[in-house]
Amino acid sequence: MTAMMAWPRQDGRKGIRNVVLVAYLVECAHHVCKQIARPFPDSDVQVVGFSGCFPSDYGQDMMEALCTHPNVGAVQLVSLGCENFKKIQLAEAIRASGRPVDIITIQDVGGTAAAVKAGRNWVKQAHAEIMATPKVEMEVSELVIGTICGGSDATSGITGNPAAGVAFDMLVQEGATCIFEETGELIGCEHVMAERAADEALRPAIIASVDKAAKYYAAMGYGSFSNGNATGGLTTIEEKSLGAYAKSGQSKISGILRPAQTAPAGGLYLLDVVPDGAPKYGYPNINDNAEIIELISCGAHAVIFVTGRGSVVGSAISPVLKVCANPETYDRMPGDMDVNAGRVLDGGTTLNDVGAEIVEKLVALGQGQKTASEDLGHVEFVLTYKTSAPTEPGCHPN
Amino acid sequence: MTEHPKNDPRILVLADGDNVAVLKATIEAGERINLSGQRVVVSQTLGLGHKLAVKHIPVGQDIVKYGFPIGFAETDIPLGAHVHVHNLTSQYTQVEVME
Repeated sequence: MTAMMAWPRQDGRKGIRNVVLVAYLVECAHHVCKQIARPFPDSDVQVVGFSGCFPSDYGQDMMEALCTHPNVGAVQLVSLGCENFKKIQLAEAIRASGRPVDIITIQDVGGTAAAVKAGRNWVKQAHAEIMATPKVEMEVSELVIGTICGGSDATSGITGNPAAGVAFDMLVQEGATCIFEETGELIGCEHVMAERAADEALRPAIIASVDKAAKYYAAMGYGSFSNGNATGGLTTIEEKSLGAYAKSGQSKISGILRPAQTAPAGGLYLLDVVPDGAPKYGYPNINDNAEIIELISCGAHAVIFVTGRGSVVGSAISPVLKVCANPETYDRMPGDMDVNAGRVLDGGTTLNDVGAEIVEKLVALGQGQKTASEDLGHVEFVLTYKTSAPTEPGCHPN
Repeated sequence: MTEHPKNDPRILVLADGDNVAVLKATIEAGERINLSGQRVVVSQTLGLGHKLAVKHIPVGQDIVKYGFPIGFAETDIPLGAHVHVHNLTSQYTQVEVME
């Protein structure tokens, strides 16, 4: 296996991408960010941010985790000037991580045109500076990989998700960190899942995280189940869950992570995306990209996205590798897919071979290859209000 | 994942003890297929991923797929019938079909 080459970061992590982020700290600065990024390729300069003007500990934690993500090389922060976001605190965290950072405050620099001009100048120079950093070799054991399924149908649980599970088992075996998520889509699997806990104390915590999700979604009035799921042959949340659960593979579960937390060591982790306490701020994650960005906030270098109906999304910061579970969907939209797992259905290949292909394509992302969604310029980003998670001893490295 | 010799090759029974099978390809309305060693006429066109009962499932009984219950039968379900939102109900959150 050829080595991966990656950008070294001060905290010891390595990035398989070296992106300049242009980050709005309130929606009012979003347009300026888009204008700053416009002349640059999507692969080099990407727009992220927090839309809300009201203070949010979760938004602050997420932005800090994302702006110091290993795939990020430099950050241009853009503030309107009167919002509540703690921009100095964020800038200091980015600077302390060894990354070039700059704040533009639109009200101070003289409005939109001046802010865009200043931003483009800074981004151009920062991009040149970070690209001059020599890359170093990166081992598979240093990879952090997330997995999500979206636009699921009944093939997801038969081909794509179990193949992602095979890939996860291979990666965990190599010492990598693998993160699966969406406790609202693991409803009905909590007891089998708890049996895989690496230690006794984790067992009740796994069951409690799924119970919490079931209650939270019940309070919202809808489960994590879409119209397309039913058209694709799925009938109940527990049926969808059993299929989704297959993404986690067979490895022992080492711990539970919360958004913006990184894993203390290699292994398989469950990302608990549902906030504690009384339901507040609406659905835990309003769409797939809100989940993807939480996986990335935990340090994921890349995300395996299994789809049956045919999702097309990618993400800012980390590549999204699309595994298509449904052979009919693959035939309809092959340009959006990286792996055709539906071949398993007609005996064209095996789950083990598709799992190995997923690992091979993930490693290739560290060797200069791009995913279909990267080639198509997908850099979706969604970050909403949420109750922030308390730091849990034993689950957090700091 | 086993292909039952007494079943149509488009039918996939995912685990022993399952009372539903998954379609690997579309089956057209009116087709006569092998199912659990019997000949059954499929009454409506069913697409990839949809479920058929591989035995008679009495009302109230668990529907079993992947070896695990995925809900219960809301009505008596005959061999070969489509199993979906009209006759299978979640033990957890009720699913709302939008259109």
